[in-house]
Amino acid sequence: MTGHVDGNAIAGPLADFFSFDITTASGRCKGCGTVQEFARTMVYVSGAGSVVRCPHCDNVLAVLVDTGERAWIDLGGVSSIEVRR
Amino acid sequence: MSDAATTEARTIGPPVSRVPRAGWHAATVAATRSETPSAARIELDVDGWPGNAAGQHLDIRLTAEDGYTASRSYSIASSGGSTRVVLAVDRVPDGEVSPFLVDVLQAGDMLEVHGPLGAFFVWRPVAEGGSPRPVQLIAGGSGIVPLYAIAQAHADADDPTPFRLLYAVRTPDDVYFGDELAALAAASAPLAIDHVYSRRTPEGWPVPAGRITREALEGFAIPAGERPIVYVCGSTGFVERVADWLIELGHDPRDIRTERFGGT
Repeated sequence: MTGHVDGNAIAGPLADFFSFDITTASGRCKGCGTVQEFARTMVYVSGAGSVVRCPHCDNVLAVLVDTGERAWIDLGGVSSIEVRR
Repeated sequence: MSDAATTEARTIGPPVSRVPRAGWHAATVAATRSETPSAARIELDVDGWPGNAAGQHLDIRLTAEDGYTASRSYSIASSGGSTRVVLAVDRVPDGEVSPFLVDVLQAGDMLEVHGPLGAFFVWRPVAEGGSPRPVQLIAGGSGIVPLYAIAQAHADADDPTPFRLLYAVRTPDDVYFGDELAALAAASAPLAIDHVYSRRTPEGWPVPAGRITREALEGFAIPAGERPIVYVCGSTGFVERVADWLIELGHDPRDIRTERFGGT
């Protein structure tokens, strides 16, 4: 895979961390304050994992790493998450 | 963005509780056949599959003998409660997973699948609580797969929502689900289908082959004034070109749902 994809592509990896589908949850970007569904983010996939960026300001919202044995997530670029029940 | 934007997002996305819970499942290949010269249609019997909404995807994980694993996402061409799941997979020439799925996989083989995944790029009939707003589907190449699932769900529900599909392909040989789409266009649920051919057209086609243009999009897509919900799926370049034009043509960005496959 070359270039980037979008947040739909990390629905699977994120299912390891959340008990609901997070791609329809809205996150607030710590960089620019934009609130958007995770499905609308830009995702850069590499062998080690994925970098999730804000489509408006390019701030790194989240980093996912999966070693097979362990999965790790950094959500340092997200100031809040809203889930619809 | 303001809190109003958050509220608006609430009104268009489906609630998370409406999609079946994702899990890892063992799948048996029930059938595989050529869909186009570069793609295969793969039918899986998935043990414990909870069903899926139209437009969802799954991840397939392959594990080599040395323990190396590779995982890729594939859109699901079917929907509903069945444990039979249909995929259509395009061969990415230098890919790690798709050449195996297209060229090697046979009936009886086993796969690990994770899903159903994604509640964003889905559509539901009005009778199941979906929006009655008109729907414009825009596919580039294999991006047709989830949009075909959505159009089939629309027809299966005999849903009155006006649908229009704009399907961009390289040549007539590259059309996925050709017979099925023709049947959907003739079904009672309203669906109009337009094609754009980028490299070779059918004989007698009124316009020469060429990539999709903003003018073609304007001519074939439901106008912004009718406030359609627009689903765009294809390569990242295709999706971003189309989405930018849609916004220029007056569509609200929040009404445009995109799914990018990567590539060029």
